[in-house]
Amino acid sequence: MVRITFIDHTGKSRTVDAEPGSTVMENAIRNGVAGIEAECGGACACATCHVHVDEAWVEKTGKPSPMEEDMLDFAYDVQPNSRLSCQIKVREELDGLIVRTPERQS
Amino acid sequence: MSEPIRTDALIIGAGPCGLFAVFEMGLLDIKAHVVDILDKVGGQCAELYPEKPIYDIPGIPMITGQGLTEGLRAQVQPFHPVFHLNEMIETVEKIGDPLFRVTTDSGKVFEVKVVVIAAGGGSFQPKRPPVPGIEAYEGTSVFYAVRRMEDFRDRTVLIVGGGDSALDWTLNLQPIAKRMILLHRRDEFRGAPHSVDQMRELVSTGKMDLIIGQVTGLEGANGRLSGAMVKGNDGKISTVACDTMLPFFGLTMKLGPVANWGVTLKDNLIPVDTEAYETNVPGIFAIGDINTYPGKLKLILSGFHEGALMAQKASRYVFPDKRVVFQYTTSSTSLQKKLGVG
Ligand SMILES: Cc1cc2nc3c(=O)[nH]c(=O)nc-3n(C[C@H](O)[C@H](O)[C@H](O)COP(=O)(O)OP(=O)(O)OC[C@H]3O[C@@H](n4cnc5c(N)ncnc54)[C@H](O)[C@@H]3O)c2cc1C
Ligand code: FES
Repeated sequence: MVRITFIDHTGKSRTVDAEPGSTVMENAIRNGVAGIEAECGGACACATCHVHVDEAWVEKTGKPSPMEEDMLDFAYDVQPNSRLSCQIKVREELDGLIVRTPERQS
Repeated sequence: MSEPIRTDALIIGAGPCGLFAVFEMGLLDIKAHVVDILDKVGGQCAELYPEKPIYDIPGIPMITGQGLTEGLRAQVQPFHPVFHLNEMIETVEKIGDPLFRVTTDSGKVFEVKVVVIAAGGGSFQPKRPPVPGIEAYEGTSVFYAVRRMEDFRDRTVLIVGGGDSALDWTLNLQPIAKRMILLHRRDEFRGAPHSVDQMRELVSTGKMDLIIGQVTGLEGANGRLSGAMVKGNDGKISTVACDTMLPFFGLTMKLGPVANWGVTLKDNLIPVDTEAYETNVPGIFAIGDINTYPGKLKLILSGFHEGALMAQKASRYVFPDKRVVFQYTTSSTSLQKKLGVG
């Protein structure tokens, strides 16, 4: 099991267990983590699963694909550490991952 | 009011379920007009995921959203449906038994015996960026669409976004605006390459400005914009003077006017029976993502089935004296004639 921590804009944090192979978004939805909407169900088509990856994890989660970059144009407060959480696949190396959810998704 | 368009059925929404309803009704000789607020048919499949694969259309292992849309378009062609695109249905009013008067936002009026609501997740509407206080400027200084280009003559226009809408309006309004400024969060654009080239040419010859950054706030008073606070990629915030802003952040689905049509709603969905997918108002049907009933699945496949059963009941309103005979397209000579293959 991989542990993922979501921190919302007020600083409140939630840690959930995630299965490798699933996406970070799916784990947020499954556990009712507020701050992730995921309107399109993970198709990289809505940009309502936007997160800011904790600086310590940016290298391990990697860069967005060109398709994800295009979709990030529809998100708000996009930063260099912005990702769409439906495009981050959970792997053993991501155990302990910390992501922050923005104040609003849309 | 203009002369009403009289036909059998009006389908509200040209998504996959609205399109297939044309087919099922066509087999039963019901003539249909279809209205959609988008500039194209296909609903979510065409607007949200044209290039993405769908794996659960029976008999088709894989097809893209655009592929499915094109297939449906070809499949309904024999019935010559009339499409009214770029138009939103505003009102639906019962004027007979059953007879409905339906109007669009551009003033078109329909009189039909049957209304089929295939409005999916609602009408597509531009996304409002969460810039604090933006509501106060909407309609006076902030616009999400260009209705009349002349309204932007001699204005200092800030366009925000990096897709085709942002680029097209940048190029179209640049000649008449006092000054055109395009703001995008990165120096790469999703829009068509030749539009990007044209825009860069205007920038390099000093005819417009390109700024890389994101809007964080607005300045102005009484609905009149005087500037936008822009955060650059270096984190510094500066003010960009402008009196007009056009944000293009894509589309989202909002229920819209459906709520005022006299049909019962439950959690923004329309409850229907599962025999004919009819609403509480006889003659008004609801199919596809917009309806709800015990066990409902928001799948294209479910909406297709709903359309087939809906058409049977609709036929009884359109042709009260005709008996509907069950037939297969494979073997019925009369159905094949309608399809133009017999
Ligand atoms: C990314 C993504 C992937 C998906 N993948 C699948 C999949 O693999 N399999 C599957 O079965 N389903 C999938 N779906 C769901 C599927 O797209 C929907 O179930 C389907 O589009 C519903 O069709 P519809 O015709 O009911 O409505 P929609 O496709 O939502 O179309 C409704 C249309 O009605 C129009 N409209 C609404 N109100 C008005 C009005 N007042 N006036 C005029 N026009 C109006 C809208 O503009 C819209 O074009 C997916 C959805 C998304 C977003
Ligand atoms: S869930 Fe829609 S883009 Fe991630």
